[in-house]
Amino acid sequence: MTDRLKLIAMLGPALAVIGLLFFGGLGLVVARSLGLFGHGAAGFTLQAYRDILADPVFMRALGLSLYIALVSTLISVVLALGAALLLRRAFAGRGAAMFIFQINLAVPHLVGAIGIFYLLSQSGSFARLAYAMGAITAPAQFPALVYDPYAIGIIAQYVWKEVPFIGLIILGALQSIGQDYEAAARSHGAGPIRAFVWVTLPQIAPSVIGAAIIVFTYAFGAYEVPLLLGQSHPPALPVLAYRAYSDVDLAARPQAAAMAVVIAVISGLLVLAYLAAWRARAGGRL
Amino acid sequence: MARPRGGAAVRTVWHRLGLALLLGALLAPLIPLAVWSLARGWRFPSLWPQDLTTQAWARALSPNGGVLAALGTSAMIAALVTLIAMALAVPAGRALGLMRFRGRGVVFAIIAAPLIVPSFAAALGLHGVFLSLGLTGSFWGVVLVHLIPVLPYSIFIMAGVFARYDTAFEAQARSLGARWRQVLRHVTWPALAPSVLIAALFSFLVSWSQYLLTLMIGSGRVQSLPMVLFGYASAGRNDLTGAIAILYILPALLVMGFAAKRITGQSAGQLGLR
Repeated sequence: MTDRLKLIAMLGPALAVIGLLFFGGLGLVVARSLGLFGHGAAGFTLQAYRDILADPVFMRALGLSLYIALVSTLISVVLALGAALLLRRAFAGRGAAMFIFQINLAVPHLVGAIGIFYLLSQSGSFARLAYAMGAITAPAQFPALVYDPYAIGIIAQYVWKEVPFIGLIILGALQSIGQDYEAAARSHGAGPIRAFVWVTLPQIAPSVIGAAIIVFTYAFGAYEVPLLLGQSHPPALPVLAYRAYSDVDLAARPQAAAMAVVIAVISGLLVLAYLAAWRARAGGRL
Repeated sequence: MARPRGGAAVRTVWHRLGLALLLGALLAPLIPLAVWSLARGWRFPSLWPQDLTTQAWARALSPNGGVLAALGTSAMIAALVTLIAMALAVPAGRALGLMRFRGRGVVFAIIAAPLIVPSFAAALGLHGVFLSLGLTGSFWGVVLVHLIPVLPYSIFIMAGVFARYDTAFEAQARSLGARWRQVLRHVTWPALAPSVLIAALFSFLVSWSQYLLTLMIGSGRVQSLPMVLFGYASAGRNDLTGAIAILYILPALLVMGFAAKRITGQSAGQLGLR
């Protein structure tokens, strides 16, 4: 067998499955959003896109999802940097600490969302603590941290879940660059913060930004967390899209498909921008 | 610059405090789930349940309560998805990890795409086709759609494994007259089996965690564990929700306990679990 054939035999089946299921599904959702496929399709039209762009609920849902993704990502990155610095040092019990740090990587978002709800709701653990400390006398006095317009519960859940994810990537990056440069900066008189920000941070920045983009696209496109913890008007974009898709009115389906396309395009563009920047930095080597 | 004496001790205290806060915050959402699973009537403003009971657990673990059946469904789906994904991912990972070829970057991008673009968009497109093929509401439809998030993940883990794998042993066995089948059995497999097992366990967890894809393609008829969990959570049955949530994360805890040391810093290996 030639190398070419061998390669096709090894990669072909996997690529065919991804091609059919993922790119096929994506192609169909694009076709559906353009009126080219599905129930009631009557040829190419941009009507579904015009409809959603004219719909204030869609625009607000899009804004809400962008806001949730952006704020969750920023807070997660900052806390993950702190966590990585705490865990980088050698200390007694580091193994156990690392284990706890990694646990919720494997805990599904759904479970995290329910746990956050039991912590933050107006009759949840924090409200009870506030009552015990005399800060409130009834559940309604506790600030609304779930179903709230600022999406605090949703953001808290993503931060909770993503800090270990980004943190582990940062720890890996820190390990691979070693501590020599930072130590050199320190010995030349830089304080710990200056040494970290000016010497170490630029070196790990590509990994951190890569991880941040992954977190952003997830928080932007995920469904169950805003469904459980978010307000219903306007809901997060994926919730709105799924609602439109499961609407009894089949006429809403092209709009649902258009929303899914918007979600996919925004996520895709972010990744392409990152790859382009990375490529430029690496001088065209990929 | 002279540091004040005792600076190291102060730093240690801050370090301990920071760690305690960090780990405490990470564990915090899991605690009320565990307490609720043992609570009987835990009303505001009690900090602790009035009564502890194992009723929710008895209900969750009773043979006709539906929870165990859902657990079985989830396990069957995840096992089949893992089997299919690994069968495809081992050769694909070998090609990506060991071979240099033109278009390798494009192949990487194709495989990475489902990890970044929400698979929900693709599932929305598939739904109509699956409907006409009779795959919606079916076990196999759910297995197929779970391959979207799982397969890229399995491939990347295996590509990482093969990138660190030395084919010289295979060549040596060949040069000593071993047939390919013997090489696979006596050289390749023993060297790779532990990594394949880890990759399979994590692939299992990715399928195990899926909610929306199961809901969309399963149309509510494929009752996996997260479907049942969501049902009780939105019905306000906090005690059962707590018990099911703990049951649901047990495999994750077991796998992490087994594999924790191996995943640190392997960014590709974490993608699917973000």
